[in-house]
Amino acid sequence: MKRMIILGAGTAGTMMANHLRHHLNKSEWEIDIIDEREEHHYQPGYLFLPFDMYEPEDITKPIRDFIPGGVNLLNEQIDRIVPQEQYVHMKNGDRLHYDILIIATGAKIAPEETEGMLGKEWQKSVFDFYTFEGSLALRNKLREWEGGKLVVHITEMPIKCPVAPLEFAFLADSYFKHKNLRDKVDITFVTPLSGAFTKPKATNALQHLLDEKHIKIESDFAIESIDNENKTIVDYGGRVVPFDLLVTVPTNKGDELIARSGMGDDLNYVPTHKATLQSKNWPNIFVLGDATDIAASKAGSVAHFEAEILTDNIMHYIAGEPLKEEFDGHANCFVETGNGKALLIDFNYTHEPVEGTFPFPGVGPLRLLKESRINHMGKLAFRWIYWNMLLKGTHIPFVSTTMQEAGKSFD
Amino acid sequence: MEKVIAGATIHVNEEGYLTDFSQWDKQIGTELAREADIDMTPRHWEVIAYLQGEFKNEVPLSIRKIGKSGVVDIKEFYQLFPMAPLKTASKIAGIPKPVSCI
Repeated sequence: MKRMIILGAGTAGTMMANHLRHHLNKSEWEIDIIDEREEHHYQPGYLFLPFDMYEPEDITKPIRDFIPGGVNLLNEQIDRIVPQEQYVHMKNGDRLHYDILIIATGAKIAPEETEGMLGKEWQKSVFDFYTFEGSLALRNKLREWEGGKLVVHITEMPIKCPVAPLEFAFLADSYFKHKNLRDKVDITFVTPLSGAFTKPKATNALQHLLDEKHIKIESDFAIESIDNENKTIVDYGGRVVPFDLLVTVPTNKGDELIARSGMGDDLNYVPTHKATLQSKNWPNIFVLGDATDIAASKAGSVAHFEAEILTDNIMHYIAGEPLKEEFDGHANCFVETGNGKALLIDFNYTHEPVEGTFPFPGVGPLRLLKESRINHMGKLAFRWIYWNMLLKGTHIPFVSTTMQEAGKSFD
Repeated sequence: MEKVIAGATIHVNEEGYLTDFSQWDKQIGTELAREADIDMTPRHWEVIAYLQGEFKNEVPLSIRKIGKSGVVDIKEFYQLFPMAPLKTASKIAGIPKPVSCI
């Protein structure tokens, strides 16, 4: 009997467990999936929780509900991986031998990386919304906040769901309008990038929305520290931005387990071949989702496309065949723009988001890079798709694994 | 597009970054720095040499990596190349604009 071990039962790991149990012969392969947590969180929901659009129970379910029969779920803490010996060492002293290892341990916030972020204002006037606890604490703060300077801030790239901070600013504009407080709230978006986004066409579309919603932008801002006394953020060039309420996205890092195993880069991401998803250092280790160092978005849609390609590649690997260099960096993200509207972006390593129609070229019904109500309905419907199709590894109809060029307006 | 600088013709993209590093030399770097209101000192050149070395080794650059490089700390990097140091320094070094992953 051979053993496949999957580390992490988040979006990526759960999808791999479902795909592989379906593809691998049960009499030949045991599949174990390890995660110390008991609850699976629908992370896109962290964006909606602060604005009372979702309730906590909408976004958390037991991990066990999504792990298929024939896969062992180990609810234990992992100490480290010893790739030279093909062992995973557990905190309780157990050692598990693997033939193939899949790393899907994700990324998380590291507020301790920025001086003053975990100071006395943390969760009083300085909040994150990339954790369940942070998002819930922020909801409670927003319910009673009476206005002032709201600063929405990105510490450094890369971060999970790179459009989420912008969406937060748009939704805040809409939220305060509905509360008749908008004239008492000054919103500033502070980013280390040179503009609203990294890709030129999307940056133009998003900058236009920022202007329309009277959201100021401070770009090229590399934060040095948070001054808790004066309630300001300060950058290395000496620029200072004051806040009454700071909503920050701290530095994101891969899991500490990767550092303990000596397998990561300076942010604990695992060096991974960008087209095959095989580890660069160990042929029998594969990596997907937020845990990799590849230059694709850290997002559930990316993990979904990766999982389909990685499943094929693991089957090739087992059969002793060459791996397919197929992953193209495909990402597909709804961007909430407030007031019941959203836009949609679809892009990959080489093609930036442009205008067009999706998923049917020339038809839609979703519009790329344009605000619409139906895009917003798509984003809301996605929660159902996530729990009922995506995690189970069901192919999403009409959405191809690699990016389609048809239906898009490239220059 | 083509650009004439320091008596030479170079190829740059629409943002002014060299598209062919082999066209770069120190005179061109000095002129590109002047366009950004920077007078180059030996310390500036040390940082530029480090960036060019990383580029040749295909190491993606970030402010964090430079801060941990031992060549220059982030504070001094900002003093040498104010405002957006990584972008400004990359342009002077004749290497592509750093890509931030999304």
